[in-house]
Amino acid sequence: MTRDRILTAAAVGILLAFLWFADRTFSAYSIRILNTIAIFSIVAVTYNLINGVTGQFSLGPNAFIAIGSYTSALLTLSPQEKAASFIIDPIVWPLSVISVSFPVSLIAAGVLAGLIAFLISVPVFRVRGDYLAIVTLGFGEVMQVITNNAVSITNGPLGLKGLYPHTTLWWSWGLCIFTIICTVRLVNSSYGRAMKAVREDETAAEAMGIDAFWTKTLAFTFSAFFAGVAGGLLAHLITTISPSLFTFFLTFNLLIIIVVGGLGSTTGALIGAVLFAWGGEALRVVEEPFTLFGYDLPGIPGMRMVIFSAILILTMIFARSGIMGRREFSWQAAIDLGSTLLQRIRRT
Amino acid sequence: MSETLLRTEGLTVVFGGLVALSGLDLEIRRGEIVGLIGPNGAGKTTAFNAITGVVQPSSGRIFLGEEDITARPAPKIAAKGIARTFQQIRLYDDLTVIENVMVAGHSSVRYTFLEAVTGLGRFSADEKRISEYAEYLLELMGLSDVISAKASALPYGRQRKLEIARALALRPTVLLLDEPVAGMNPMETKGFADLLRRLHRELNLTIGLIDHDMGFVMNVCHKIKVIDHGVPIAWGTPNEIRTDQKVIAAYLGTAA
Amino acid sequence: MDTAFVIQQLIFGITLGCLYSLIAIGYTMVYGVIRLINFAHGDLLMVAAYIGFFGIVIYHLPWPVAFGISILLTAALGILIDRGAYKPLRDSPRISALITAIGVSFLLENLGIVIIGGRPKSFPRPSLFEGDLQFDQLILPYLSLWVLGITVMLLTLVLLIVHRTRVGMAMRALSRDFETVRLMGVDVDRVISFTFVLGSSLAAVGGIFWCMKYPAVEPFMGVIPGLKAFVAAVLGGIGSVSGAALGGLLLGLAEVLIVAIQPEWSGYRDAVAFTILIAILLTRPTGIMGEELPK
Repeated sequence: MTRDRILTAAAVGILLAFLWFADRTFSAYSIRILNTIAIFSIVAVTYNLINGVTGQFSLGPNAFIAIGSYTSALLTLSPQEKAASFIIDPIVWPLSVISVSFPVSLIAAGVLAGLIAFLISVPVFRVRGDYLAIVTLGFGEVMQVITNNAVSITNGPLGLKGLYPHTTLWWSWGLCIFTIICTVRLVNSSYGRAMKAVREDETAAEAMGIDAFWTKTLAFTFSAFFAGVAGGLLAHLITTISPSLFTFFLTFNLLIIIVVGGLGSTTGALIGAVLFAWGGEALRVVEEPFTLFGYDLPGIPGMRMVIFSAILILTMIFARSGIMGRREFSWQAAIDLGSTLLQRIRRT
Repeated sequence: MSETLLRTEGLTVVFGGLVALSGLDLEIRRGEIVGLIGPNGAGKTTAFNAITGVVQPSSGRIFLGEEDITARPAPKIAAKGIARTFQQIRLYDDLTVIENVMVAGHSSVRYTFLEAVTGLGRFSADEKRISEYAEYLLELMGLSDVISAKASALPYGRQRKLEIARALALRPTVLLLDEPVAGMNPMETKGFADLLRRLHRELNLTIGLIDHDMGFVMNVCHKIKVIDHGVPIAWGTPNEIRTDQKVIAAYLGTAA
Repeated sequence: MDTAFVIQQLIFGITLGCLYSLIAIGYTMVYGVIRLINFAHGDLLMVAAYIGFFGIVIYHLPWPVAFGISILLTAALGILIDRGAYKPLRDSPRISALITAIGVSFLLENLGIVIIGGRPKSFPRPSLFEGDLQFDQLILPYLSLWVLGITVMLLTLVLLIVHRTRVGMAMRALSRDFETVRLMGVDVDRVISFTFVLGSSLAAVGGIFWCMKYPAVEPFMGVIPGLKAFVAAVLGGIGSVSGAALGGLLLGLAEVLIVAIQPEWSGYRDAVAFTILIAILLTRPTGIMGEELPK
């Protein structure tokens, strides 16, 4: 529809104008939060594709983000920098001599993560449900062990330091918008319908000519590709990476995002990512000393995660469909909502 | 006489020592409506499941035309043109009515994954074709008024019709219906029989069906196969079946 | 490599394996009855260890009393988790309960950080479990003997309960056909609670002995043993108590022996379990002693 296209273009325009403004005036801290929101959005939207849209409960996005981060970081560091930081074991050839530009490293990050996802699909999708969860979780743990131990590739627990902060608002938000467009298009295509059919009833999907295995593999690979790209962005945002960044804890955060947003809704995943990144910062106060009603309270480390865990449990028990359920944003719905609200205001 | 479309030879299915279906020879010719009947637990649904690749046959062969399709994966068999409905309705509950039908168009999609993501190439034309055909089928089944409703929101009878519309979207050469009139009252059943005849005529369908409603089966089928406890006991036209001593014994035997 | 070395490694492997078994039995029983991977099961280890630690070090209780209280409270926590977090989701899709279980696991770990802090505490080992027997170069720690003895004893007890008592029969029936058993008027909730009591108590015993072997108590100490115990349960055939015990034993032996044979692989020890898991699911998804894989 023409109206919707114009509105979408206008919204993107406003977002770009906001980013331009933010880029010039916001503090480094605020810009970092905006970047984090974009990166979490990229992963959440595509993680939702496999978990929410296709209904295959993977717990492995941390592994793919790790693969992307390391790939991208190892490719942008100069040979001299690598030689200097690999002090336990020298870095293997050809990584020791390669150095490419940031965009190329991002593509490589996505491709490698996607390729590995594709390769492990065969064992992974032999099982379903909670077994799938455990196998993908196990894959994440194996990646964790590898990043810690393959010292001549990853520099082990020391990690990689001194990356150039390539990730600007333009990179993170540009790729975020690109990811959303690709994902929404995919979900609304025949491939997306096949994914949803597999989620709803695998036997009935196969009876209608849909190859469930390939459909799952497509969603898994697509999701891993973008998790890899997001990993590359993340590495060049925080400029220091080490295995401890990519534990199951990272997956847990993403799980909260897509569950609270509404499993199966791209819009929900976005809302969840924004709430999480923003809420995570807002809740930082509970871990630092603060004053409440005139009382000085000590900060409580770990309190944020207690709150997040409780939110996840309560969402599952009392509001299982999350904020959006499986609904998506549409301009029509937004306009309807707006006019209802307007009428209510007028009446009062 | 027209050619044989779907044929099984000695189709046998054993589940952990239990013989669910034993030596079924079935032949469906182009344009026929063939009924598969028998008392509960006779193995009728098992036969459909084996033909459509949902369960693996223990022995026997299945041919679609000249091609041996025994134990091929379910999606391959569906793409070759055998569509089915299920005894217990299995729709994609959370999808809309038209999406349910469009899902079955997936095997005819020519655009690639990349064309889907970019929206380029054959994407628009193909989507238009699939959605238009889905709309046509929904109109044929009298479901045009609920196109954007969720499948789970439809009443039982209309869910049955939606399942058939979905199966038809595969553009099947053979359509297998598993108890299509179960749970319908006599009026609805009669209306459905008329609808089925219309579909058969308009879409040049070949149909295999299972049902317990003898009146309905005798009314719409050209040929009927009777099985009991997994074993085929009779084959013939409705009139021949009606007077067959073994069939009467099987039904009275289970009734008594 | 001489015989003494091999026997020595076998002793270490069996000890570790027994600990995995104790945890895996609880995992497998809960899974058998409510088809839920109770992610929080591993964290019960940590809770039990903390209670034991506080009992002995802060409240100066005699260790048998402290351990007894630890087991009781951990069992009570097991019921509480089930009633509070899992029971409301009994009729929802299984993945919902799984997500909740992951949430409960993180909640317990972070409550640990909030209440006690993240710094590892040294677990006191009662003198009864100190020391070892020596034969030539061979060292046989008393602790290993205790672990083996207690595992065998508890395994026998659990098998007796599962196979010889009414509640055990109900547990087995539930794992076959939940709905029918519920319709037959069995008090399903009581049976489930009993399963949690049994499983959590075993986890508590496992946790206490784990800390005597690796004496650092910290909020995340249960994660890895918990995950590995689950792998052991799958290896043995999920739902089977003796399978879980066997799976735990094999996993413990595999981990210790691989490192003994190839010391440079020691960093990869934690990957062994998951490699085994993927291998089983590819070749024999029902495990060694298991029945069919649930859909």
